[in-house]
Amino acid sequence: MKVSRRRVLATAAGAVALGRTAAMQSPAPAPAASDPSKAPGRPARTLGQRAAFEKPQRITRGATGSQTPHQDLYGTITPADLHFERHHAGVPEIDPRSYSLLIHGMVERPMMFTLADLKRFPSVSRVCFLECSGNFNRAAPPETTPQQLAGMTSQSEWTGVMLSTLFREVGARPQATWFLAEGHDAALLARSIPVEKAFDDAMIAYAQNGEAIRPEQGYPARLLLPGWEGNSNVKWIRRIELSDRPFMTREETSKYTDPLANDTARIFSFVMDARSLITYPAYPVTLTRGWVEINGIAWSGYGKIQRVDVSTDAGRSWASAKLQEPVLPKAHTRFRHLWKWDGGEAIVLSRAVDETGYVQPPRAELLKTRGPGAANYHLNPVTGWLVRSDGAVVYNQEAWG
Amino acid sequence: MIAIVACAIAAFAAQTPQMPATLGIGRPAMPAEISAWDIDVRPDGVGLPPGRGAVTEGETIYAARCASCHGKTGKEGPNDRLVGREPGDAFPFGRDPQRPKTIGSYWPYATTVFDYIRRAMPPNAPGSLQSGEIYGLVAYLLFLNDLIPADAVMDATSLPKVVMPARDRFVPDPRGGPKSVNPRSRP
Ligand code: HEC
Repeated sequence: MKVSRRRVLATAAGAVALGRTAAMQSPAPAPAASDPSKAPGRPARTLGQRAAFEKPQRITRGATGSQTPHQDLYGTITPADLHFERHHAGVPEIDPRSYSLLIHGMVERPMMFTLADLKRFPSVSRVCFLECSGNFNRAAPPETTPQQLAGMTSQSEWTGVMLSTLFREVGARPQATWFLAEGHDAALLARSIPVEKAFDDAMIAYAQNGEAIRPEQGYPARLLLPGWEGNSNVKWIRRIELSDRPFMTREETSKYTDPLANDTARIFSFVMDARSLITYPAYPVTLTRGWVEINGIAWSGYGKIQRVDVSTDAGRSWASAKLQEPVLPKAHTRFRHLWKWDGGEAIVLSRAVDETGYVQPPRAELLKTRGPGAANYHLNPVTGWLVRSDGAVVYNQEAWG
Repeated sequence: MIAIVACAIAAFAAQTPQMPATLGIGRPAMPAEISAWDIDVRPDGVGLPPGRGAVTEGETIYAARCASCHGKTGKEGPNDRLVGREPGDAFPFGRDPQRPKTIGSYWPYATTVFDYIRRAMPPNAPGSLQSGEIYGLVAYLLFLNDLIPADAVMDATSLPKVVMPARDRFVPDPRGGPKSVNPRSRP
């Protein structure tokens, strides 16, 4: 039993969380190969690299997606090269010199903006999460890491121009209630978005964590709809058309709709509900007895996280975790909770509460409201980890229902 | 002290220019540029191009360019199943996730089939089909789904008139919009 778990740790999931496990478990540091104080270090270089010992990696899901290694991260900003990706026809290579954004339809002045134009507008930066609405592994086996359970959410500081600024520039007509956002990928992916969102907090972003957006995240420019499902944040955006009705594209009818038990389906279910994810302790960590800082991330597309409850007794009692300031709206918020593990079997769970008072629901409640066929979108049930008496931490949703 | 700070803020604010109605950045888009990119098709048919295609024409193109991924009759895969109706045009997808969501069982608008094929199919050569070919493919797929007869021809007039079985199955999200949040109506 113990042997086979070790073997799993060393092979399949080995690369995933070793750094963290080692750092938090082993009391004595491994002997250094040589004493760094006895020889000069390496000279400066033009591009930084991770320490040779650190090898965080995304996991790819076929050709069209990859997941963020939450178990290797400590804060709330996802390094851009570890940001999750999801696309419907691959990552296009776009030359920024020939890039243009067209805004037309129900506007006074249809206009073209080059990338340089977009950068001349007054700019804003904001930190917010992105999450694929399919970010939940419904049939996760015990050997599931946080990355494999919910690796399709990441967070960046985005910089760009408010969409409302551009809508004023083109003279959006008051009758315009929807706009089509279309990407320049091989699927010309397109979504209809309520104009209300444009005048609320939508942006055209061209920078991520202070530098140009990565190709996987929409280089050279993307739509950013804070708190709304990833797919609607159209990447590689080249065209926006204002209209007085939605366009009913394939991505908002055949896909990204949520069938319900009463023989209907929700359409335009944009907002990502409150959710939390314990990133430590989690598979494939093995705990040793004593104090454990349970920690993870919580987020809500409706605003700020107000509270995160943590249970170490399978949900019989809950305690409020500490939230890392600043708590930003529509942003991953780190929570931490100190717990003394006495060596018995334990189930640790987390539950997010957002500023609207919404409480992250248990899985059974979600499925009861939506029906057993609740599609793979917008599933945000309470999750956690089972700590076995030998210290092995595994996923086991049947244990908490 | 508070008064001094308030004065300082007021003085600072006075120097911040008002945002003008427009900033004069960017250039007018030419009609030809707009029409080159404006490919969307709405359920009312706005955006459909000239041209026409018959079921039989679509059948030939489908066999050559689509069947390898979607199956001989649109049901066999390996990729998305495109053909099939639910008995009595029921909509059991929330109760049974195994039911196949196809054009005939799940898509609310026939125009979306045209819009999507024009955008994205076939994935190995997107954008390579002519309007007439797309009308033919749409006609063939609607025919395979028992939605139009074998001798039907699809064009900008006939396509928006095809009523899909799932048209009235889609309901607004009750969880509330960006501003009107009612936690009690969720999840
Ligand atoms: C190389 C394989 C391949 C070929 C060839 C191909 N398709 Fe597809 N098709 C796909 C894949 C993969 C998807 C799903 C894409 C996604 O989800 O982003 C898809 C999706 C679709 C859909 C949407 C299905 C749904 O339920 O949402 C339609 C309609 C479609 N294809 C039509 C066609 C037509 C018509 C042709 C021929 C012109 C064609 N396809 C050729 C692979 C293919």
